[in-house]
Amino acid sequence: MAKSFNIITSGTGGQGLITLLQIIAEAALLEGFDVKTSELHGLSQRGGSVETHIRFGNKVYSPLVSLGSADLILSLEISEALKMLFYASPKTVFVINKNLISYPGGFEEKKLIQKIKNFGKGSKYIIPASEICQKELGKEVVSGIYLLSYAVHKNLIPLKPKSILKAVSKVVPEKYLDLNKKAFELAKK
Amino acid sequence: MKKQILLGNEAIVQGALEAGVDFVSTYPGTPASEIGNTFAKIAEKQGIYFEFSTNEKVALEAAIGASFSGLRCLVAMKNFGLNVASDALLPLCYTGIKGPMVIVVADDPSCWSSAQSEENSRAYAYLAHIPMLEPADAQEAKDFTKLAFEISEKFKLPVILRTTTRVAHQRMPVIVNSKFKIQNSKLKGKFVKDVKRFVTMPPRVLEMKEELLEKIEKIKEFAEQNKINKIENYLPAEARRAKAGKLGIIVSGVSYLYVKEALEKLELDLPILKLGFFYPLPEKKIKNFIKKLKKVLVIEELEPYLEKEIKILAKEINPKLEVLGKDILPQIGELKTEIIISAIGKLINKKIKNCLPAEVLLASGTKAGKFKIPVRFPRFCPGCPHTMVLTAIKKAAPKGTIFGGDIGCYMMAGLPPHELQDYLLCMGSSIGIAHGIGKSTNQKIIAFIGDSTFFHVGIPALVNVVFNKSNILIIVMDNLITAMTGHQPNPGEKIKIEDVARACGVKNIKVVDPINIKEMEETIKEFLEKEGVSVIVSRRICALLAKKQNK
Repeated sequence: MAKSFNIITSGTGGQGLITLLQIIAEAALLEGFDVKTSELHGLSQRGGSVETHIRFGNKVYSPLVSLGSADLILSLEISEALKMLFYASPKTVFVINKNLISYPGGFEEKKLIQKIKNFGKGSKYIIPASEICQKELGKEVVSGIYLLSYAVHKNLIPLKPKSILKAVSKVVPEKYLDLNKKAFELAKK
Repeated sequence: MKKQILLGNEAIVQGALEAGVDFVSTYPGTPASEIGNTFAKIAEKQGIYFEFSTNEKVALEAAIGASFSGLRCLVAMKNFGLNVASDALLPLCYTGIKGPMVIVVADDPSCWSSAQSEENSRAYAYLAHIPMLEPADAQEAKDFTKLAFEISEKFKLPVILRTTTRVAHQRMPVIVNSKFKIQNSKLKGKFVKDVKRFVTMPPRVLEMKEELLEKIEKIKEFAEQNKINKIENYLPAEARRAKAGKLGIIVSGVSYLYVKEALEKLELDLPILKLGFFYPLPEKKIKNFIKKLKKVLVIEELEPYLEKEIKILAKEINPKLEVLGKDILPQIGELKTEIIISAIGKLINKKIKNCLPAEVLLASGTKAGKFKIPVRFPRFCPGCPHTMVLTAIKKAAPKGTIFGGDIGCYMMAGLPPHELQDYLLCMGSSIGIAHGIGKSTNQKIIAFIGDSTFFHVGIPALVNVVFNKSNILIIVMDNLITAMTGHQPNPGEKIKIEDVARACGVKNIKVVDPINIKEMEETIKEFLEKEGVSVIVSRRICALLAKKQNK
């Protein structure tokens, strides 16, 4: 890989973004890449906006994705996807959970989706992961794993699905492992 | 030796384990909290003594006692914690240590999780004459922790490892040694009386200062030789002449990573001096580096401490050298690659527009890029007991009541839709400042303080309001845990806040479960009419913790 692969994930506090970050980082290490990530903790994450940065490649220095250089923006919530646009280039691919967690002053879903679709030329995958996971597994919280699985199976992340699955087993606590694996398998279909 | 993905804070723990740490104390604070959380999980198994202390000062003092007894100690805190601990820190540098001691201090440029100020704790290095190391990434966080133990042991001084959010909360593959020695610390310590060493009193104290300054001189020599102050890309003179007008870079901390990234994007290989030591500085190495340069750009976050030192050194060795720093880099907020690209671009007269990837310009130039979406504020978790208190206050407090805030989740009382916070400064100050307002006006005042903050430094403030006869209402938001930093235990487990208030001489005390909003409302109304100090302990478990426990 000539240059590093840069991922921004976003969502709101409590959606499991740090777990997602750990899984991607472990999978990248499994495939022999250098990897650096950045995350934030503390009060601002109590239901507020959360973004994490994940970069992997032959050699990675900065843990932060520069403006306009994200290859993939993976978002668990629609408004939070739109907030990440300044990391995007015209080629950036978006994988977005069709899930709106409304808040005072926030925009409606239609408007948000339109804004995202109008940006650049990269593919936009807007998938009702929360709805699918709730319906099929009874748990919305694994929608992040669902989206990640979707992204690797569509080759939107240069990592093998096998590595991601291995990383899931390493990162996710035993008692939630089965549920997470199911979400991973569900997205293959 | 194997590679393992570690968070910066976990890497510090790993470094301490590899250095054979015996005794660890901390008070939680973002971005340092995971150090304590990790030790809490592993300490018993590893035979390490670990505690969440009541505040940072007593955490440091506990470690001083352990060090005086010969143990290897680590103390961790966030920047503001060092302010609290500083009273013990300064004399500690005079006495020196017996068992080695590393103090981890985490700063938070951009105030991602810090309400009080954008504190740059590096200034404590000068204030206390304490050696300070600054790692750039998680691997260095581990390596520098081990080195800090080594320096501390060799020179008999405590050493500060100063991190920032982007180091503490950075993950990367770290080379770890899983075969470190496990010993049982409790059997090892012995306090050997040595009055000359452990008692700071005049006239001995001034001799101690002299000894301290001598130690720092020796550490400076050590720093000159140490490889964590390293020069990169230092080309022979002719080759350099052709390059970028003899520009060099001096950098420390996480900014080093941004510099490497920036130079790669700009396709430049400027000479870099990367400083792992912040104090004392390897002056000879710096002088050697700047001797032949025309310009040097000093890249550091926040205040220009390094820049000032380098300007002084330049005067001696290369008076014509142009030392640049904060004239082209911000003093507020953290740095990032883009800012450094732009600064270097200016210095080598490369048009920045050509340096930045076209996509950046496109994204910031399009409507979508400029598109502003309203901020999503953090909010109280569903079922949070704090919100119940706030509901009662809204109903009970007369118009014009002043609301004193403190450090904890209940700071969110200041955000919409609640907006019940008229001042907020530092731990414990809700009570301390309420007292001054009460003495200056006839206005009604309610001070909010959490359980952990109450124990941390709230108690002396409570004693003061009783002793000096204040007329305020204190509501202790007791959710039975230190919630904001990730559910660490606090003294409330064993010591009841109402008992403390009673012992401090408070007459009006009531414990109320905030789910009984009516009772809370009536108690607030009643206590606001009373003379003197009143305390309501609003007691109900943190909703997140309750959920965790039920799982």
